[in-house]
Amino acid sequence: MKENDPGGARGGVGTLPGPGAPAQAAAGGARRRGGRAARDNRAAYAFLTPWLAGVLVFTIGPMLFSLYLAFTRYDLVSAPHWIGFDNFRHMFETDPRYLKSVRVTLTYVVVSVPLLLAFSLGLAMVLNRGLRFLTGYRALFYLPSLIGGSVAVAALWRQVFGEEGIVNKALGAIGIDHGSWVGNPGSALYTIVILQVWAFGSSMIIFLAGLRQIPRELYDAAAVDGAGAVRRFRSVTLPMLSPLVFFNLLLGVVNAFQAFTGAYVVSNGTGGPSDSTLFYTLYLYEQGFAQLNMGYAAAMAWVLVLGLAIFTGLLFLSSRYWVHYGDER
Amino acid sequence: MSTAPGLAAVRTPRQSRPAHRPRPPLFGRRLTRSPLLLAVARHSGLIVLLVVMLYPLLWMVGASFRPDNKVFTTLGLFTGDFTTSNYSSGWSGGDQLNFSRFFLNSLTITVLAILGNLLSCSLTAYAFARLEFRFKRVLFALVLGTLLLPYHVTMVPQYILFNQLGWVNTILPLVAPKYLATDAFFVFLMVQFIRALPRDLDDAARIDGCGHLGIFCRVILPLSVPALGTTALFTFIHTWNDFLGPMLYLTDPDHWTVSQGLGSFLDATGQSSYGSLFAMSTLSLVPIVGFFIAAQRLLVEGVATSGLK
Repeated sequence: MKENDPGGARGGVGTLPGPGAPAQAAAGGARRRGGRAARDNRAAYAFLTPWLAGVLVFTIGPMLFSLYLAFTRYDLVSAPHWIGFDNFRHMFETDPRYLKSVRVTLTYVVVSVPLLLAFSLGLAMVLNRGLRFLTGYRALFYLPSLIGGSVAVAALWRQVFGEEGIVNKALGAIGIDHGSWVGNPGSALYTIVILQVWAFGSSMIIFLAGLRQIPRELYDAAAVDGAGAVRRFRSVTLPMLSPLVFFNLLLGVVNAFQAFTGAYVVSNGTGGPSDSTLFYTLYLYEQGFAQLNMGYAAAMAWVLVLGLAIFTGLLFLSSRYWVHYGDER
Repeated sequence: MSTAPGLAAVRTPRQSRPAHRPRPPLFGRRLTRSPLLLAVARHSGLIVLLVVMLYPLLWMVGASFRPDNKVFTTLGLFTGDFTTSNYSSGWSGGDQLNFSRFFLNSLTITVLAILGNLLSCSLTAYAFARLEFRFKRVLFALVLGTLLLPYHVTMVPQYILFNQLGWVNTILPLVAPKYLATDAFFVFLMVQFIRALPRDLDDAARIDGCGHLGIFCRVILPLSVPALGTTALFTFIHTWNDFLGPMLYLTDPDHWTVSQGLGSFLDATGQSSYGSLFAMSTLSLVPIVGFFIAAQRLLVEGVATSGLK
């Protein structure tokens, strides 16, 4: 592999056999084949050099280093100090805020992802009925998912659900008095759930594309057999869409576990009130970069990876029972 | 909401099996058979939903044009007094909040990130889509693995690495990785796209004497413009919206991005300058909404075909 000559990246690509190729191609059959395979091999690694370097320097290397750090105490200033499993023990035994952050994140994932899926599938089905102005609707519903991750929208959210926010103004108009939604530990997390669900557009577009692929004949056949709307949804739409449901579910879960900006901005970086929006990533950031407990943060990151791996692994396992790719008939 | 498929509305009513016609109504569905009434009901439902969803944004834009003391007074969009002072005061900032600077910084980072992703992801994708080589399956599995890997795992050690390199407080940590194809999603997107291109053109170019670099530059890249466009647009949106990355690496206010500027606006100020915050928030969304309007079809198709978010 090329990773030991990082400087050769550009050179490797540049020295690909350009003009030399036809001469070699004109040579005898068997030799040409062998020569071409070897050349393809070399060319492939030349093309892959930037990516390989990136994976090693920015992904695999750091992951291994953080695995080491997870067993140390490290504050960026003095050398890492090996402490064995202390970080992990602290996490699960003596750090209530850590456990709280796990609970907050799991709640967030379990509430927001199904809501997001239901909402995007429901709207996709409404839009898939030969409506006029479909492109217009599709575009407008999609817009929030482009900006939902921005600081601007998170800042706006803090205002919308704040004490004097427009939600309370609207509720006040119909005679309901409610304090700040973001300031209340019981509701703060759900304002961020709403922010996530608000950005449902991209999942909806994926569902919409999938709905168009479902052959009409299936619905006709189901209708002839006397299937009602609910039955047709359960027996035709859902099975046919199941690969996309799986895809959106997987991405939704992965994204939800990593949500950061919304919680950070809405809670002003504290995860408050009373740690009710202390997302895993927020606590990790706080430990690693505010308190410089980098060993502890690395340990947290590894638990997150393992947790996510188990979660997605279970999803993949379960998918055998409910995802139909249509070629198993 | 009725869940019958969309075709029902267009099809002529079926007479053949009247036995199945009378079905017990579900959640009050089919109150009427009139297609016009149904369409009206559907459209008004969608419009109400859209208004509720987008109202906060409209309200923010409205509030950004109000004097500071009127920002929170109304639920409506317009009050009598219209002012652009929030924009001018926010833009030139006082103290450390200099948004013209922040916009320039964001723009620089975004442009460099886009170039990096286009270059490195397309090179990588060409190898995976068109070439046979040893360990291809293992390496492609690695691409898919990094796709799902949370950013936070590498966050701490990467910070340590960039700190050692002396890159903290420069834009390099945010830009350099893009030149090494670290955004696996775009690699994946382009692999899928290039795989679908016909190979005849490659062969023709090869016969005409092109090597792999020639095929890549003269055949694959020109044909991949839609995928490159999608990559560029989503890189733009991700980079422009990114908050955590800049927050980690850009500590000097001179280097801040727009997101950081907005973030510190929130920290530093009380209720009094919400007008300027909303004005700058609005401006920060303008490039995204602009691109969205200009390239709406490309974006939507990109999501529909690749599953990018």
